Amino acid sequence: MTDLAATDPLPKPRRDLAPILLPIALALVMIPLVGSPSTWLTLTAASLAMGMMIFIMASGLTLVFGLMDVLNFGHGAFIAVGAYIATLVFAPFVASVQADSLWVNLAVLAPAALLSMAVSGALGLVVERVLILPVYGQHLKQILMTTGGLIVAEQTLYALWGPQIIPMPLPTSLRGSFILGDVAIARYRVLAMLIGLAVFIAIQLVLNRTKLGLLIRAGVENREMVEALGYRIRRLFLGVFMTGSALAGLGGVMWALYREQVHASMSDELTVLIFVVVIIGGLGSIGGCFIGAILVAMVANYGGFLVPKLALVSNILLMVAVLMWRPRGLYAVTSR
Amino acid sequence: MTDLLKLSGVHTHIGRYHILQGIDLAVPQGQVTMLLGRNGAGKTTTLRTIMGLWQASSGEITLDGMRIESRATPDIARLGVGYVPESMAVFSDLTVKENLVLAARDAAMDDKQLEWIFGFFPALRRFWLSRAGSLSGGQKQMLSIARAIIEPRKLLLIDEPTKGLAPAIVMALIECLKEIKRKGATILLVEQNFFAARELGDSVLVMDNGTIVHRGEMAALAADVPLQERLLGLSLEAHQ
Repeated sequence: MTDLAATDPLPKPRRDLAPILLPIALALVMIPLVGSPSTWLTLTAASLAMGMMIFIMASGLTLVFGLMDVLNFGHGAFIAVGAYIATLVFAPFVASVQADSLWVNLAVLAPAALLSMAVSGALGLVVERVLILPVYGQHLKQILMTTGGLIVAEQTLYALWGPQIIPMPLPTSLRGSFILGDVAIARYRVLAMLIGLAVFIAIQLVLNRTKLGLLIRAGVENREMVEALGYRIRRLFLGVFMTGSALAGLGGVMWALYREQVHASMSDELTVLIFVVVIIGGLGSIGGCFIGAILVAMVANYGGFLVPKLALVSNILLMVAVLMWRPRGLYAVTSR
Repeated sequence: MTDLLKLSGVHTHIGRYHILQGIDLAVPQGQVTMLLGRNGAGKTTTLRTIMGLWQASSGEITLDGMRIESRATPDIARLGVGYVPESMAVFSDLTVKENLVLAARDAAMDDKQLEWIFGFFPALRRFWLSRAGSLSGGQKQMLSIARAIIEPRKLLLIDEPTKGLAPAIVMALIECLKEIKRKGATILLVEQNFFAARELGDSVLVMDNGTIVHRGEMAALAADVPLQERLLGLSLEAHQ
């Protein structure tokens, strides 16, 4: 039964600010616990940078989850492939990577990132057509197929590049830190924050200012009704899947530079973090994914500093706490 | 009068359940055909099968002489079939305007059509830029119907539009559907509200256990209380 007649005024929509305030509150609470303001600033900057990288990797997965209810446990393969492709671009241009000029460094880094995204996106096309298309709507088979795909991808990388860890040094101009008083903020972390923020803004613009974005948002909420309006959501999903794969590839390059190394199972440590972010953010919610990624990174950094042993389980504890507060995630979009 | 929609021997299985068990029905062009029956008779499944949301296991569905039972839902929609589900299914995260922009598909929204819709549902104009999720149940139903008629459609499939709505809103919906009918629309309407069924229906189909057990004029069923009791378990007057 309706609560309002057609002519009654609408209640003012309430802005749900609590999830946005959560990382801010967490950061403020940490000031006295960490003690030193400079350490706190360093940890906060590290959290934001790490959060942005995780967000880039997780943003595609949350849309894939929300839009088509597909459990892609092989998302990490795109991360590793992206990182390996970047090493191919870096190898012949070692001198440019070591040059003491930001523009020369970026002239190698940008094509490496773009090529990694292109290859990961193309791999996404193959994975969606070959592995996921036959198992739509069958969660157990999706898990088996995508996990199998991840294993095949990792073993293929081992076969092609060998089992050794491949070093991936940061370009010279991205080494070192910006010094603000007695606070040092690593240059690369600032770049990671800027790229993450740019990706977030770009996704928000597409989702909120374009018809394609309208379709994605509507599809996340009720894909059946989108089809009943005459839109082929499978094609839309393929596009989202490829974009998500490409973003994972970009995230892989950034993570490899952050760790300064590449190996075939590099995504193993990230997959858990990415799933935690997607779940606590709310399936299909880019805003939730963004805040979730920052929270996960904050808990990892502050937790690792204050109680190192707790770092092993801190993200699971965070997920439990968030889901007890909001069982469908910070910003629930879909009821699946 | 030609039949716009015809179902012949349509069976639908959902999992291991055999829901539609050989449906034969015809929806004449320009008429409102009521689809009545007890809960669980298969009315919603019939609409969803026509729309391609559930695949018919066997049988033929023709729209304007064209076989559609194997077509995908978006193709059926683009042939001119509008669907208003029982759950309304408005996109709550989108504004009223955005919901209608999506429904207009490739075309820009027709201003005259929009004004016509606003004439029936003034709330939609007032809450044009409000999130659909913040609308009341009645307003959501208005939006759901507006979405189906923002573009000209050959056929409208509407599933229990008055369910759970306040009487004043039911009246507004009936007036709107009457006006759509006067414009020559063809409608297959599932409805439990007898007043609405009697006001709108030209012909009636009654379902039970996945089959059509009665077909005829709506006026004749409305006048025949014993028949109502036999087909529906109780008289339609009792539904008022």
